[in-house]
Amino acid sequence: MLPVEITGRGKRESGLSRLRQPVPLRRWRELVGSSLMRGFSLLVGVMLLVISLTLIIRAWPVLGHIPFSELLFSKSWNPSQGTFGLGVFVAGTLIVTLTAMVLAVPAAILSAIYLAEYTSQRIRLLFKPVVDLLAGIPSVVYGLWGILVVVPVVRETVAPWLDQHVGESIPLVRNFNPTGYGLFSSGFVLAMMIFPIIVSVSEEVLRSVPDELRHALYSVGATKWEVTQVVAFRSARGGLLAAIVLGLSRAIGETLAVVMLVGNVPQVPRSLFDGGYTLSGLIANTYGELMSIPLYESALMTAAVLLFLIILIANIIARVFLDRQIARGGIR
Amino acid sequence: MKRKLFVRALLDKVWPAVMLLCLLGAGFVLSSILIAITSRGLRSLSWEMISTPPQRAFYLGGAGGILNAIAGSLCLALGATTIASLVAIPVVLYMHTYGKGKRQTLLIRLALDVMWGMPSIVYGAFVFTFIMAVGLRASLLAGMLTLVLVSLPILTRTFDEVALMVPTDLSESTLALGTTRTELAGMLLRQTVPGLLAGIFLAFARSIGDGASVLFTAGYTDSMPSSLLRPVASLPLAIFFQLSTPFPEVQARAHTAALVLTAIILLFGMLAYVVHAHLGRYIIR
Repeated sequence: MLPVEITGRGKRESGLSRLRQPVPLRRWRELVGSSLMRGFSLLVGVMLLVISLTLIIRAWPVLGHIPFSELLFSKSWNPSQGTFGLGVFVAGTLIVTLTAMVLAVPAAILSAIYLAEYTSQRIRLLFKPVVDLLAGIPSVVYGLWGILVVVPVVRETVAPWLDQHVGESIPLVRNFNPTGYGLFSSGFVLAMMIFPIIVSVSEEVLRSVPDELRHALYSVGATKWEVTQVVAFRSARGGLLAAIVLGLSRAIGETLAVVMLVGNVPQVPRSLFDGGYTLSGLIANTYGELMSIPLYESALMTAAVLLFLIILIANIIARVFLDRQIARGGIR
Repeated sequence: MKRKLFVRALLDKVWPAVMLLCLLGAGFVLSSILIAITSRGLRSLSWEMISTPPQRAFYLGGAGGILNAIAGSLCLALGATTIASLVAIPVVLYMHTYGKGKRQTLLIRLALDVMWGMPSIVYGAFVFTFIMAVGLRASLLAGMLTLVLVSLPILTRTFDEVALMVPTDLSESTLALGTTRTELAGMLLRQTVPGLLAGIFLAFARSIGDGASVLFTAGYTDSMPSSLLRPVASLPLAIFFQLSTPFPEVQARAHTAALVLTAIILLFGMLAYVVHAHLGRYIIR
């Protein structure tokens, strides 16, 4: 196990030959190496702090002078009159994200359980790259797919059908919007975007549950589904939650695909099929023209700060759950 | 256990069927993405499209192609990935040599995880205010820096995961030979080359596909990338802008651009796997 002939080709004494070099040279190299490593690590650690401080400072003219509750809940967004209520955009972001989560989470968790517990190693090795490749497809391409496929289907079939058959009893799915572009379309496309992410992380979490647990359960006479239940919903609960939070944080900040599909109408939506507007979309669509109106940039930065805070909290929660699982020997 | 045997046996059959159904349903929908993009993209794909920059009246349906966007995207992603890996390598080596088991390492990991989840539009806004303060405009350089922020967490965390798999015995026996920690870092680097390469390819694929971050920082132009301080076109934005025009010819170009972009990303994603599987054999486990 010595680091000799690591490459396996030819005769190389990689580690040992270096030990024969003169000590001052090695010491000097140690100094340079260690300070390089420390320096870059410090840089990365400080970077997040710099980003957050910059955002908060730029947002301060609005963030510090308009009450937080008014920013969050006020519906009047009218920069030329100096009113900066982000309520409409917060609502849009929440509805789109919620739609995506409701559609994606149960399906993704169940798929991950199937992949981890019910398939053979060979099929899993085949599926893993596919899932990861799908997770890497950029959001504009998902957006294009949404325009080409999802929007027509929603416009022609889903929205009219739901409106006709259940719209009377559930006003949430009434159809006032003839275009097909809206909260539901973008929520559905987002669901498809976060599906591979949730599957990929959950599958890894599930596989990290030690086999002894499964064997013990089988030995007391549990069926496979009962074993799976305990593995997934007791033992790997924290890890699965972390996977969901990761999907959530991707969905909340997603920009281009949502801008392409949500309609960008600054209104309080009455139904799932209405058009809407999201925080990220607000930044993307209006950031270029910000110089003319005072406080405009600051208001947009406030939107960025909101997104930043949500992601920060979500990630800390996910990390706490993952760490708890690691501490119990669940992972690695 | 208190349930009837029949119910237990039934559930044991029903739930796997439900799960398989979910998997197949999602697989069906997701494969429709690839089918839709490929079939639409192939319709308008031509040599002219991928070998010439836009000519006059391009956005009204005139002649030309998307070479400016392809070249711009490659420049942006290549620069960003290079810078990001130059930062990521020392950071990961620090986490596994000097910082091993220290509080700093945990904090760096947490910071990187938060950065991974951060919406790229927020990075775009951050770098935009930054370059405005310095007096620059949207440019290739600014776009690259934004993409560094996007790809750095991906690269570092992927590389970190691989470094975690290096056996403790190996590190300890290296130190037992009397090596300094920097020399230990050299050993770790050698052990993690396949993972590093895989991470670089993944980060490249992620940064070439990210449109929201370069929206304000790299700008858009119809000419080929020429200077670090000039705006540059990119494939995601080419798709985004060309789709919003009312002309079908121009929209068809967006479809082709999407096909090209997806092809590049799938290529690099697969490269990451091949490298990982092929070079992984030379590692001590």
